[in-house]
Amino acid sequence: MTYRWNWSVLVTEPYLGWLLSGLTWTLLVAGTAWIVALLIGTGVGILRTLPSRTARALGTVYVEIFRNIPLLLQLFLWYFVIPELLPAEIGRWIKRDLPMPEFWTAALGLGLFTAARIAEQVRAGIEAVGRGQAMAAAASGLSTAQAYRHVLLPIAARNVLPPLTSEFLNIVKNSSLALTIGVLELTGQSRQIESNTFQGIEAFTAATLIYVLLTMLVIAAMRTVERATAIPGILARA
Amino acid sequence: MHAFDIDAVRLALPFLWSGMITSLTLLAIAMTGGILLGTVIAMLRLSAPRAVAAIAAGYVNGLRSVPLIMVIFWFYLLVPLIIGRPVGAFVSAVIAFTLFEAAYYSEIIRAGIQGVSRGQMAAAQAAGLSRLQAYRLVVLPQAFRRMTPILLTQSIALFQDTSLVYVIGLHDFMTAASITANREGRLIELYLFAAAIYLGLCLAASQLVQALKRRMATS
Repeated sequence: MTYRWNWSVLVTEPYLGWLLSGLTWTLLVAGTAWIVALLIGTGVGILRTLPSRTARALGTVYVEIFRNIPLLLQLFLWYFVIPELLPAEIGRWIKRDLPMPEFWTAALGLGLFTAARIAEQVRAGIEAVGRGQAMAAAASGLSTAQAYRHVLLPIAARNVLPPLTSEFLNIVKNSSLALTIGVLELTGQSRQIESNTFQGIEAFTAATLIYVLLTMLVIAAMRTVERATAIPGILARA
Repeated sequence: MHAFDIDAVRLALPFLWSGMITSLTLLAIAMTGGILLGTVIAMLRLSAPRAVAAIAAGYVNGLRSVPLIMVIFWFYLLVPLIIGRPVGAFVSAVIAFTLFEAAYYSEIIRAGIQGVSRGQMAAAQAAGLSRLQAYRLVVLPQAFRRMTPILLTQSIALFQDTSLVYVIGLHDFMTAASITANREGRLIELYLFAAAIYLGLCLAASQLVQALKRRMATS
C-alpha cells in the first residue's frame, strides 16, 4: 500500500475549521467536566473522611461504582439508559428540549467519572494533613465544619495539587470519548477529516500535536498555581 | 418505559461470552507485553546512556499525553500501511494497547526500581555481577514483589480501557453488548447487564488487590 502525502489538507478549508472546532469542543467538554468533577469529587472525598460511618459508606459506594465501570459504558448509560429510567417528563425534556444533549451528557458523565478519582486524591490529601491538626482544631473549640473549613481543607487543597494536575490531564484526554455519543471533539474531527480526505496521518498528527501542546500548557499552568499557593514551612508531601 | 426483558440478555449470552474472551485475550497480551516492554523502558531510563534514556523518556511522555482512542486510531491506520496488507482490528488493537500500556507500566516499574535501595545494586555489582545480572537477579525481583499491587490495579484500568476498541468495531464484550442492544432494541437491558458484569469483575479484582496489599503489609 502506498500513501499519498498531502500536508496542505490541514490548512485547507473546511478541514482547518474542523480541527479548530474540535479543539473548542475538547476544551468545552473537559472544562465543564472539570468543574463537575472538582465539586462532586471534593464533596465525596470529604464524605470519606468524616467521623460519621454512614457518610463514609456513601462516599465509598460512589467511588467504587464510578471507578469500576468503563467510562465508555458510563457515557452510554447516561445517554441511552438513564433518560428512559427517569420519570417520563424529565426523560422527554432531556431527549427533546435540552439543547446539545450529547455535549451535556459527555461533560456530566466525564465529570462524575473523574469525581470518583478526585475524591480519592482529596481523601488522601485530607488524611495527609494528619490527626494532630484535626485534634488541635477540635481542642481549640472548632466544630467539625469549622475544622474542615479553616484548617484541614486549606492544607489538603495544597496537598492534592500535584495529583490534580494529572487528573486534569486525564480529563482532557478522556474527553475524546465524547465522540462515541456524537460530540465531534478533536479526536472525532481528525477521524472525520481522515474519512473525508484519506489523509489520516496528517489529520492524526495535527490532533496529536494539539494534545501534546495542551498537556504542556496544563502542566505549566498547574506549576504556577502550585508555586503561587505554597505555604512556606508546610511541605506539599506530608 | 418498557418492561425489563431479561430474555434479550439470555439469548445474547453466547455472543457476549465470545466478546468477553476477546476482551480478556486483549488484556492478557497487552498486560504481558506491556509489563515486559515497560520493564525494558524503565531500565533504559535509569541505566542507559543519556541519549537512549532521553528517547525512552520521550516515548513515555509522548504516549502519556495522547488519548488512548487517538492511539487506537493511529495504529488502526498505520499497522496495515507498515505491514503492507490489511491485518484486522484485533492485531492493530493488540499493538496499540501493548505499546500504550507499556508507557504507563514503565512509570510504575521505574518507581519500583528506585524504591529498591541503591546499596543493593552496588552490592550486586561489587559481588561481580554485571549490571544486567544485578537487575535480573537482585533488583527486579525485589522491585516486582513490592509493586505487584500497583501493577494489578493498573491492569484493572487496562481491562476497562479495552472497551475502547468499540471505536474500531472490534467485537469485545462492550461492543458485543452494544451491537446486541441496538439489534434487539434492548438498550436498557444490555447496557445495565454489561455494567453489572464490569462492576462485578473489577470490584472483585480490586478487593483481591486490597487483600494482597494487606497480606504484604503484615508479612
